[in-house]
Amino acid sequence: MTSSTLSDSIDILHVSKRYARQDGTPLAVLDDISLRVRPGEFVSVLGSSGCGKSTLLRLIAGLDTDYNGEIVVAGDKVRDTSLERGIVFQDHRLFPWLTASQNVLAALRNAPLSAKQKRDAVAQHIALVGLNGFEHAYPHQLSGGMAQRVAIARGLVNRPRVLLLDEPFSALDALTRGRLQDELQRIWEHEGITMILVTHDVDEALYLGDRVVTMAPRPGRIKRIVDVALPRARDRNDPRFIRLREEVLADFAGHDGERGEDDTPHGGTRIPIVNPPITEWRLAW
Amino acid sequence: MSLAVFKRSAEASKQSTNTLSCDCGDNVPAAFARAARPRKPLIARVDWRGAVLPIAAIAIWWAISEAHVVKSGLLVSPAQVLATAWQQIVSGALFKALSASLAREASGFVIGTLGGLLLGSALGFSRLATRMIGPSFDTFKQISLFAWIPLISVWFGLGDAAKVVFLSLAALLPVAAHTCDGIHAVPRAYIEVARAFRYSRWQLIRAVILPAALPSIFTGLYLALIYSWLATLGAEYLLVAGSGIGNTLIDGSEQFRMDLVLFGVVVVGVTGWALNALARAVERAMFARRSQAAAR
Repeated sequence: MTSSTLSDSIDILHVSKRYARQDGTPLAVLDDISLRVRPGEFVSVLGSSGCGKSTLLRLIAGLDTDYNGEIVVAGDKVRDTSLERGIVFQDHRLFPWLTASQNVLAALRNAPLSAKQKRDAVAQHIALVGLNGFEHAYPHQLSGGMAQRVAIARGLVNRPRVLLLDEPFSALDALTRGRLQDELQRIWEHEGITMILVTHDVDEALYLGDRVVTMAPRPGRIKRIVDVALPRARDRNDPRFIRLREEVLADFAGHDGERGEDDTPHGGTRIPIVNPPITEWRLAW
Repeated sequence: MSLAVFKRSAEASKQSTNTLSCDCGDNVPAAFARAARPRKPLIARVDWRGAVLPIAAIAIWWAISEAHVVKSGLLVSPAQVLATAWQQIVSGALFKALSASLAREASGFVIGTLGGLLLGSALGFSRLATRMIGPSFDTFKQISLFAWIPLISVWFGLGDAAKVVFLSLAALLPVAAHTCDGIHAVPRAYIEVARAFRYSRWQLIRAVILPAALPSIFTGLYLALIYSWLATLGAEYLLVAGSGIGNTLIDGSEQFRMDLVLFGVVVVGVTGWALNALARAVERAMFARRSQAAAR
């Protein structure tokens, strides 16, 4: 994973996704998304809920393969999930019957490693997320922030080319969130892998991303790609940072007329989607 | 955000009880850091207030029978019940009756549980089985077990075979229903995690679905144990042949020996309580580590 060649990039080519609604009419969730993510890049995908950003992440992960267009990771078309693409969900999704280290180990079940190599990899990644001493704690004994750290370790332990993060910090309190953002940045720099972070937090997107992709809803489409050419670690009070934030926020504010109805799209009939995605309660799509 | 947090709270009991607490600085949560507290002595741990009512009832009973206010052979004194109990224990009658009942309960429980696990897994895993057997099973569930007694007695007689069939049915229903429900209730989020790590179908079943469904399956086993004990009494009462604690009760009532009836009632109660305590202890041992909620 050290030699990131050009072929390690992620190419999203004209991707569209629609769900069938109950009355049979299709509902466009993503419309003609094209994006190239460079190897080792940190891309934030920013949008309000319902703009399809999580759906996009699920497509890249290979959890959902029913779409038009092409997603190519390192030269191969995405057809299914892969150990090359780690994922961290908003709710940590740790198995409650396993300890922290067992949860990380669970990700290695199909990795081509010996038992000892697996043990070492688990220990190394537990250390990477700073959870030494909590290897044998069960998820219910961990705080939300610690559980999310375990989830990050689990997402990284297969040494994927890409780590996909689906609003990983949005359920955490502000202090923990800030700490984990710094942590994630450190891990990204240390591991040198590509990360795609989906978030609805403008501050988070700008703080972490090399580029911020803003999305507009219904149908979900890319509105703008903002280059964040600020040195790391970034200072949230840097005037340039503040200016960028204002800019991005203004972008969303200009959209306000639409957003009012956005909360209850289609006359409040958000439910009639046949075959809803398995993102359970978090997002409509 | 606030909505998300609110919804999370519903999940909180299942997954992470500390999600909602403010964990400034990722503090070590109390549950993990807390050392085992020294246990208080038994006498201080038990709440004795619950004993007031039974003790008062026995005292009144004793007072009435001693005062000879009621002249009836149906009112026996506590002393007489104790004497009968002693006689039953010493003569081996109690042992004979109770072991016969427990043997029946055990065989019915084992057969019913195995059948229930098979049926429940089939209903849980196989869409074909759900389509084919599901509606019949759902209808069957609604029929009171005792409605089968006439059929069972015609087919299997009044002996042990008939009783074990009845007990097996009593145990099968809760196990099958809870196994199936447990499998269906596995959060799809977990299944997605397994997909992300490329689990095979077998790995998914073994490493995700079964552990996730285990608490529900255990609830089914627990209910099966209790139901089959209740059904043991019912079977002995309605399929009268052979020995058992139910037959002790019948003998007592036919001979107007209330002391024997009361003794039988106490034995039934204590046995039920013991089975319950056993199941709870096993459950605690199995799930204590996994979640605080399950241990309670």
